[in-house]
Amino acid sequence: MKNMLTIISNALCRITGRNVGAQTVSELLIDLSEYVNVTSPPAVPALAQTQAQTQRQPPKPPPVSTRAPAAQLVSAQADQLDTPGTRAVVSRSFADFTSQATFDIKKCDVHRLEEGPPLKAELTREQGLRYYRIMQTVRRMELKADQLYKQKIIRGFCHLYDGQEACAVGIEAAINPSDHLITAYRAHGYTYTRGIAVKEILAELTGRRGGVAKGKGGSMHMYAPHFYGGNGIVGAQVPLGAGIALACQYQGNNQVCVALYGDGAANQGQLFESFNMAALWKLPCIFTCENNQYGMGTSVERASASTDYYKRGDFIPGIRVDGMDVLCVREAFKFAAEHCRSGKGPIVMELKTYRYHGHSMSDPGVSYRTREEIQEVRSKSDPITMLKERMLSNNMASVEEFKEIDIAIRKEVEEAAQYATSDPEPPLEELCNHIFSNDSPLEVRGTNPWARLKSVS
Amino acid sequence: RLKNIVLGWNDLLCSKPMMVRDALNQAMDEELERDERVFLLGEEVAQYDGAYKVSRGLWKKYGDKRIIDTPITEMGFAGIAVGAAMAGLRPICEFMTFNFSMQAIDQIINSAAKTYYMSAGFQAVPIVFRGPNGASAGVAAQHSQCFAAWYAHCPGLKVVSPWNAEDAKGLLKSAIRDDNPVVFLENELMYGVPFEMSEESQSKDFTIPIGKAKVERQGTHVSLVSHSRYVSHCLDAAVVLAKEGIECEVINLRTIRPLDVECIETSVMKTNHLVTVEGGWPQFGVGAEICARIMEGPAFNYLDAPATRVTGVDIPMPYAKILEDNSLPQIKDIIFSVKKTLNV
Repeated sequence: MKNMLTIISNALCRITGRNVGAQTVSELLIDLSEYVNVTSPPAVPALAQTQAQTQRQPPKPPPVSTRAPAAQLVSAQADQLDTPGTRAVVSRSFADFTSQATFDIKKCDVHRLEEGPPLKAELTREQGLRYYRIMQTVRRMELKADQLYKQKIIRGFCHLYDGQEACAVGIEAAINPSDHLITAYRAHGYTYTRGIAVKEILAELTGRRGGVAKGKGGSMHMYAPHFYGGNGIVGAQVPLGAGIALACQYQGNNQVCVALYGDGAANQGQLFESFNMAALWKLPCIFTCENNQYGMGTSVERASASTDYYKRGDFIPGIRVDGMDVLCVREAFKFAAEHCRSGKGPIVMELKTYRYHGHSMSDPGVSYRTREEIQEVRSKSDPITMLKERMLSNNMASVEEFKEIDIAIRKEVEEAAQYATSDPEPPLEELCNHIFSNDSPLEVRGTNPWARLKSVS
Repeated sequence: RLKNIVLGWNDLLCSKPMMVRDALNQAMDEELERDERVFLLGEEVAQYDGAYKVSRGLWKKYGDKRIIDTPITEMGFAGIAVGAAMAGLRPICEFMTFNFSMQAIDQIINSAAKTYYMSAGFQAVPIVFRGPNGASAGVAAQHSQCFAAWYAHCPGLKVVSPWNAEDAKGLLKSAIRDDNPVVFLENELMYGVPFEMSEESQSKDFTIPIGKAKVERQGTHVSLVSHSRYVSHCLDAAVVLAKEGIECEVINLRTIRPLDVECIETSVMKTNHLVTVEGGWPQFGVGAEICARIMEGPAFNYLDAPATRVTGVDIPMPYAKILEDNSLPQIKDIIFSVKKTLNV
């Protein structure tokens, strides 16, 4: 028995990185007694006794997101101890974890607002694991896209989102699926959070028929219900977002539109035209600047006379948010959505965030910034690491669990990549389809006068 | 009693003449009433009753929600209109003239026209961009450009160019009911011109199909193909030419894109001669496209002479009246070109 306690104690020390005493282990064994069948000869009667006495809750089912396809979060694991005759089947007991904790979040700078978002955020275990899973999925999906691009399986434009995950996930956590969202070309993360499966995103990047836009759109033109892309022209998506907000107001459906743009687009004239009309008409539009410090190769100081992007709405209230903290983003957007829904008009958000990759796959991303800078952000402010550490230090989940989630995600992304590389390209017969909606078939001129191609809606 | 019967029949057969602007107004009024997702936005469309009074009375009837005055920010409000269309509404976006649409052209082409294709049929954009196009009178270079060729170049757009009041009403109703982006090119000089309206055009469900041209005048010697205001010029030229025994077939294109090539081909195969007439510049224009299509199709073998294009002069529009008058096709230019083509 003492041997077993030591073995388990050592294992726990390795896993948690902490000093786990034998006393703790025996307490743990008592807790596990419901599931652990200890049959070694020097079986401790005390264990058999406590088996009947202890009351244990059955394990809670693993949290599963209702949005993206569920990855298996937790699996039962069989583990065989060295001591002969001892067999233990261990499964997780979730009852020991903290189910909810409150975290301090950074205070947001505000513009033309009496008060800003709260300074504390509540996080349930279920939420935390969900945010982790979604952020990690986006991360791994983007890294897979990087890989596929370097293998020349993805071509053309590919603007990766790794580093900025907290923005997409925090926003989605704060709004409803029935709300609307539009962004620019760094859109893969949002395509996922708005409900499209990884394999459909990757297959769109590889230009296959199973892609979300059947291979006809590519990286910058992916759509989903209440998600309007994916837009290639810098800044053009912002008036579109204001228009979507107008439709919400017109239809009286209490929905809002999040219209995202980057620090580079923040200087576009059409943004200010949109701000003006949105404020005039009190459109429920959350204008959101994802400030990742660089517009392609130009740092914010070299592009903008004012880098306080949350103030650029002038007469529109604004909030500057720590875009690396998913909880900060979530609380800020809850605040913003409430602002819009209550009829106060638009609001401007600035998310201070960072992209690990260059502007696109054609940009190594180190000619205008140092590797040290990138490394510093990675080590100090990575959004996924931050969330994980928060949860671990508050005993909201185990390292094991996160590992399991990572494994499941890796599998999902790997399978998605498999699909994306093996799915066939769109058929040539469909080349000219989808010119017009709800129209009778028409003839489309091909490359020469004898090429009369057919187009259906 | 007999008098009443006659008067009644008279009413049925001849409807009151209607000006083009009123036909457009009626079309919008009927469609606003029919479908509450339809709304109008643009500069001065509401409280001013429209810069050219095309939307007169609509704001009074429908209010702020459906008739929206915008600031002078074309790129912004065109984008807003496109976004509203994506999210389920059916906007009519007015440009005070199509010259200003150039500021918004990215939203028209990249956000509206291409989206249905890029999304592989997921996201439709049911929007109408309308306003006066082409030359007016004395408004000089920056306010006189014809955009028919520019917009008709792009897949994903429908481009409509009505001539008379009946065209205006039927085509605008079709455009509003169409689930796709339609560029609707009106003509300021035609707004005040009255036309007889047919019986069927009185119906609230009267529409003219987009993509079908109309033969306004039957003829045997030459096919005159035109759109918008120059259909009038062609008809006037045809009257003069008829006195000399030349019978012109006048085709009113009604739609620039998709072009009704079959109608032109059928006509050319009958008359063996083709003259196109437009107000826009010659290079890469509507007439150029018609000539190329005729060459590529069955009608080529029926041509007894090369096709001729009558166009605006290849210069920015000058201001002085004498210069302006000589920058655009006149009836004498059409007559001259027809005779040259017929070698008479």
